[in-house]
Amino acid sequence: MKTQNMTYDDGTHYWGRIWLWGMGVVLLLLPAAICLYFDAWPEANGLFKGLIAVAPTFWAVGTIEVLTYVPMLGAGGSYLGFITGNLTNLKVPCTITALNKVGAKPGTPEGEVVGTIAVATSSIVTTLIIFVGVLLIVPLAPILNSPSLKPAFEQILPALFGGLGVALIGQNLKVAIVPVVSMIVLFVCAPSFANSVGLVFVPVAAAIAIAAARIMYKIGWLK
Amino acid sequence: MNHEFSVNSPFLFAAVSIILLLVMAQAVFFLVRAWRQAKKLGIDTVKLKSVVKSSAIFTVVPAISILLGVIALSKKLGIPLPWLRLSVIGALTYETTAAEAAASAVGSSMGDTSTLLTASQFSTIIWVMTLGIMAGVILTPIISRRLLNGVDTLEKRDKRWGEILMSALFMGMISTFLGIVFGKVNTGLVGWIPVFVMLVSMVIMLICVVLIKKLKIKWVEDYALPISMIGAMALAIPITNAVNSAVR
Repeated sequence: MKTQNMTYDDGTHYWGRIWLWGMGVVLLLLPAAICLYFDAWPEANGLFKGLIAVAPTFWAVGTIEVLTYVPMLGAGGSYLGFITGNLTNLKVPCTITALNKVGAKPGTPEGEVVGTIAVATSSIVTTLIIFVGVLLIVPLAPILNSPSLKPAFEQILPALFGGLGVALIGQNLKVAIVPVVSMIVLFVCAPSFANSVGLVFVPVAAAIAIAAARIMYKIGWLK
Repeated sequence: MNHEFSVNSPFLFAAVSIILLLVMAQAVFFLVRAWRQAKKLGIDTVKLKSVVKSSAIFTVVPAISILLGVIALSKKLGIPLPWLRLSVIGALTYETTAAEAAASAVGSSMGDTSTLLTASQFSTIIWVMTLGIMAGVILTPIISRRLLNGVDTLEKRDKRWGEILMSALFMGMISTFLGIVFGKVNTGLVGWIPVFVMLVSMVIMLICVVLIKKLKIKWVEDYALPISMIGAMALAIPITNAVNSAVR
């Protein structure tokens, strides 16, 4: 298929696949280049142990992130977001804010371009801030690492989710109530899940939310 | 080739810079495409600029927290690797866990900053961190089209239900995050700190909503989420201190 004759969405998937898989290869080239340049090969035992510790969990989390975030970010936003990372703490809330601001819905043509613009802007700004931070790492590190600021940065996620929660839950209180209560009960009763692995419960919460919403929709509570 | 290894080798800085330039190129590529498409759809430039502005403003605080992650990891891994991993693909929560798991697998630890990593240990760590995070990169192109078409079909069949379904997906996500905040309440008052901070953030957001909706102060819109986040983070300091002194 000629790229000129493609629709915007076809083009997004076409270029998205090239960029995302291309960047995936580039990311794999880095450890390969390190092996060759320093003649330093990974220890088979350590590699195996490390992967066993990391891969099953994070591949599961990664899969769930794709299923959850792709419909929110849209195609373009996803092809960019899954390479630039920091989805939960940055790209997703950023996109939600942008969509709310212009009143666009995810899944619509307008939502698609707004999502892409939000993710792209956020990616560029993040890269620039970290670049400046790395340049100034010597004077900055003691300030940012100071013990008096530590409690603030430790609480960045609760501080983000509170505000984001109000913005999201306020849009549809009835749909929110059942999953919110269920998840609070779950994590209070099973605190060992409440870490980065906790994200695997998103589909569970979504299924609970969808089931509850379906019942409310059928009996006419949701107009 | 056998060059002397250092976690801050110029070779690593050069390689990371090239990759970051490529990622920036990808971001600009998608930004330009989406911008042109938005004009074709007849979306007002003022509206698009406001999307860019609010996205940029929102990004600042989380980006600084990511920078903190770079600083924390750089003590053991040097600057280039954490710089790359947290600018692209990685997330704060993932990289710290993955680096620790990989470091302990090669018989080291992220906390042990006094012994230097050997080249072979470093190479093992970077392979583990890279392979561990590839799920999203591999799966997105395979799944996303089908997934988006599925959502689309559903919305066409029953528009209202499609909207409710999307909203239920958002609620599933946010309720999991809110639930995780409660994960430490069993450990006593200290475990409630995240909950208090979250409540503060909610209250500030509600005040912003009142300012926007009732008092029609429009400029607050762009800053509502950053304000509630920074406000709650700032108040996290006295909250933490108060809880600690109450416990003691």
